[in-house]
Amino acid sequence: MSDKPNIASLSGRKKVVSNKKMTFMEMIYLPAIIGGFGITLSHFFKKKVTLQYPEETKPRSEIYRGMHVLKRDDEGRERCTACGLCAISCPAEAITMIAAERKEEEMNLYREEKYASMYEINMLRCIFCGLCEEACPKEAIFLTDRIVSSDLHRGDFIYGKDLLVEPVDQRIDISHRQTPEVLKFKLDKNQSHNS
Amino acid sequence: MDGTYILYKFILASAILLISLLVAMYSTLLERKVAAFFQDRLGPNRAGIFGIFQPLADGLKLFFKEEFMPGDADKFLYILGPSLTMMIALLTSAVIPWGNSLVIGGAEYSLQVADVNVGVLYVFAILSIGVYGIMIGGWASNNKYALIGAVRAASQMISYELAMSMTIIAIVMMSGSLSLKDMVEQQHGMNWNVWYQPLGFLIFLVCAFAECNRSPFDLPECETELIGGYHTEYSSMKLGFYLFAEYINMFISSAMIATLFFGGYNFPFMDDLHLSHNVITIIGSLVFFVKIAFFVFFFMWVRWTLPRFRYDQLMRLGWKSLLPLAIVNMIITGLVIMIKHHL
Repeated sequence: MSDKPNIASLSGRKKVVSNKKMTFMEMIYLPAIIGGFGITLSHFFKKKVTLQYPEETKPRSEIYRGMHVLKRDDEGRERCTACGLCAISCPAEAITMIAAERKEEEMNLYREEKYASMYEINMLRCIFCGLCEEACPKEAIFLTDRIVSSDLHRGDFIYGKDLLVEPVDQRIDISHRQTPEVLKFKLDKNQSHNS
Repeated sequence: MDGTYILYKFILASAILLISLLVAMYSTLLERKVAAFFQDRLGPNRAGIFGIFQPLADGLKLFFKEEFMPGDADKFLYILGPSLTMMIALLTSAVIPWGNSLVIGGAEYSLQVADVNVGVLYVFAILSIGVYGIMIGGWASNNKYALIGAVRAASQMISYELAMSMTIIAIVMMSGSLSLKDMVEQQHGMNWNVWYQPLGFLIFLVCAFAECNRSPFDLPECETELIGGYHTEYSSMKLGFYLFAEYINMFISSAMIATLFFGGYNFPFMDDLHLSHNVITIIGSLVFFVKIAFFVFFFMWVRWTLPRFRYDQLMRLGWKSLLPLAIVNMIITGLVIMIKHHL
């Protein structure tokens, strides 16, 4: 019958469905079932894809953006001066801080005259974009490859300075996020934030 | 009927009860492990090495779950359902010959709790009562899904029991006895029934899956259509009893398959080893458990390979394929026996 137009297959994947009668071997299903057993059994001995999480972790990119760290300088003083640029740049409004003036006897604790007496990041709001790190003029905040651990209460996800500032004796390595390209970009006087 | 005899039977019955429960307990872990391995996963492995404490943790969890009962449920029947299922599941193990006999101090101790001379009939009688637990539980829940699940279970059991019994008749015709012990004795060495009754074995196997409500015939509890089927409204250890009874049934079915078709505790070359009677008995029992373990694994293998049947397909397979095949199998067996007898 030629009144049925032969529509060309635009995708080239057209398949004509055939409802042909099954042969006897197909009708008793047993060969197909045994074939199925073979397939499942082959999977039984395959290498397992499970990752034993706390012991093993997936390889992460070197510049992975995880939990933040507030850096100290070489003498162990906090670098943050509580300028608030990170909080302003934060698209999720996850950062908040209270500034305070450094006292005479706190010279060895804070590098600048003004420091953050309170600094909080809400890890549930944070989208780990890294804009705080870009905005920081004091090289004080960095994202690290550490994971924000799970918790049972929302309040526990608001990380204060106790969790964010790196301990003096356990420095966090952030050199991966300070590649030469990044350092060059930070010093580029043509960029408005560096001028 | 002296004291030692009663004590011995008591110990044996307790041991078999414990073994059944233990095997069922670890079948739950095995099921999860096997399922995981078939799906390229590792399965539970945190509770102890290879997850060997997982069944304990699961049981403990079930015990501490909230005991919920629907408001309009029939209280007595609701509790009776899982209890009956569990009890009946455990009853069958009494007539299965778990091993030959041990000779201690001149006295012979059979490793079978009760050598009932109509053992096969006993097993089938118990199996058909098994559906009552599901029926009562499903009906008492006062839930449409539970009721549909229970009705499905009942009709499925009745349909498949017919074909199953027909294959057993062929076996009974061959052995000339209804005692399971005699049947096993006749399959001495490698003289297993499966070589003479391959079709019967196939039919029996398929029916055993249906009788245990195991996939691909798990329509009574099929979660895609009926949420949980007959145990939709059950929680806590009552649900645990239903699930646990399924694993005991699986264990007993595997034992029955091994007994009827794979020679029970017989193993090849058992006469050529020239070992003492007791050693042969112990090896035989171990071999029997290996056979059972294989079939338990096979039950799981099937579950994670084949998709579930549709209900009309299930009925068609039972009535239009398996039953005629079983009858043909029975007639052929009868003819062969008659011809052999007259030659």
